[in-house]
Amino acid sequence: MSVPASLSEPVFPPLQINPELVRKILVGFIQNEVRKVGFERVVLGLSGGVDSSLVATLAAEALGPKNVLGVIMPYRTSDPKSMSDALQVVRQLGIEHLEVDITPQIDAYFARFPDADPRRRGNKMARERKSIEYDQSSAFRALVIGTSNKTELLLGYGTIYGDMASAINPIGDLYKTQVWQLADAVGVPTAIVQKAPSADLWSGQSDETELGFQYRMIDQLLYYLVDRRYSVDELKGQGFDQAFITEIVRRVRENQYKRRLPLIAKLSSRTIDREFRYPRDWGR
Amino acid sequence: MTDDGRLSVALAQIDPALGDRGRNLERHREWVKQAAEAGAQLLVFPELSLTGYFLKDLVPDSAIQLDSPQMRELAGLSTELDVVLGAVIESPDHRYFNASLYFSRGELQHVHRKVYLPTYGMFDEQRYFAPGDRFRSFATPFGRAGILVCEDIWHLSSAYILSLEGVDMIICPSSSPGRGITTDERLGTAESYALVCRTYAQFLTTFFLYCNRVGFEDGANFWGGSMVIGPNGDIIAQQQDADEALVLAHIDLADVRRERLANPLLRDERIELTINELRRVWHERTRKPF
Repeated sequence: MSVPASLSEPVFPPLQINPELVRKILVGFIQNEVRKVGFERVVLGLSGGVDSSLVATLAAEALGPKNVLGVIMPYRTSDPKSMSDALQVVRQLGIEHLEVDITPQIDAYFARFPDADPRRRGNKMARERKSIEYDQSSAFRALVIGTSNKTELLLGYGTIYGDMASAINPIGDLYKTQVWQLADAVGVPTAIVQKAPSADLWSGQSDETELGFQYRMIDQLLYYLVDRRYSVDELKGQGFDQAFITEIVRRVRENQYKRRLPLIAKLSSRTIDREFRYPRDWGR
Repeated sequence: MTDDGRLSVALAQIDPALGDRGRNLERHREWVKQAAEAGAQLLVFPELSLTGYFLKDLVPDSAIQLDSPQMRELAGLSTELDVVLGAVIESPDHRYFNASLYFSRGELQHVHRKVYLPTYGMFDEQRYFAPGDRFRSFATPFGRAGILVCEDIWHLSSAYILSLEGVDMIICPSSSPGRGITTDERLGTAESYALVCRTYAQFLTTFFLYCNRVGFEDGANFWGGSMVIGPNGDIIAQQQDADEALVLAHIDLADVRRERLANPLLRDERIELTINELRRVWHERTRKPF
């Protein structure tokens, strides 16, 4: 097997993982958090990318392939390769799948708003897909399992209540470079691990072009900034470029709202999530 | 004691249900039965084994009082073997403690209220619990013991005080969430705890029983890894994975005497020097003008 491009350069040592240990914890997480709320199944959107392919693989191991529903939801501008990659994952894992072309409803909606820019269209598609996952979760009696990684969540590189929405997320504490390592180790097809990350909201879209930086560098910076709590001056001391630091710090700060529940105006003496604090696994 | 004069200890590495005392009590009964059938004389459950760990506002609902019928029910678990379990204790003046209770022959023998309540990072214990105010050893049918709950062992003085009381074993019930992913085969927390527990056992020439829970709460995993360590620092038994398990070990308490003959660290300990130096440090701190 050839070494995936994503892994062809040595991984920044602090972000190297023992994939076997991580796989075990995440499989246990899925089994435990799904079953203790009375479910046996999960549903997820399969994009043909590395994140959803990895989550599908972990879920299939945790719950059995027949308890995992992968929904493939192309739009007319989606890269056909995305669909074939997603189908390859379905076949390889033996999971249930469903194809829903979202072109009719997206085009019907934007026929009324023809001036909408790509960002609006992309966000609408992400939310359309998530609404389908939630609807299918009801039909399939499943929980919606999320596929946002730590890098995306920190940068806010995702659509709130769109791809960022889920009931449980096994990979939200793994940086993209760690997702690559784990995906490679658990047998996600090399071509999927290797291909340039893309939200595939329009043809030729590339995460790294859009973000302006490579995941490899972003993850290193986020590691020092978030995990090690380095100051901006200390980050400069690590050799990071000032403009790069400024942009990443800005993104993390400005997108904090996406990582939180909606703000509630405080009135009573016991407000939800402020003084009313219960574990989500209450009584489970 | 067992036929060979050894003490048979068991660690119940369990996955308690969060905020469901009734279900957990039933599970405790099953584990006690299993341990008794395996010949165990002392069974240790993890921290807050009766309630689960990340209770938040469930703390008051999960609490029991020392002079309650529920407490007598718990004491009933210890008719065949001694039992250490974790519970939320409410004092008569309505303070809530993260406590570990030692039961023997149907009676409550000792209560340790966790002194060091972690309130940083992912922990928020001081929001919900009152801290204990003492480290005390106590007599068991098998020798002197002391209990330290989880974070207590991250303060050197706690184990040190118990050792000066002459304990044969330190019992550490724990609910330690796993974190710290590297290329190592174990989580960072597992490595740290193994280091600390083994160091205490060897430095203080005492047996060390570490019982950690398993399972998940709100996405956090508990890594298990429960272990029995001898007074020379060697691991006698350890559960390597994070599955529910009964860890059994036969320990020879006479090893404490042998180890202290070979390594008379406790004999050479200068308690008055330590106290004087601590007083001096404290005095100097409090005399600082601002």
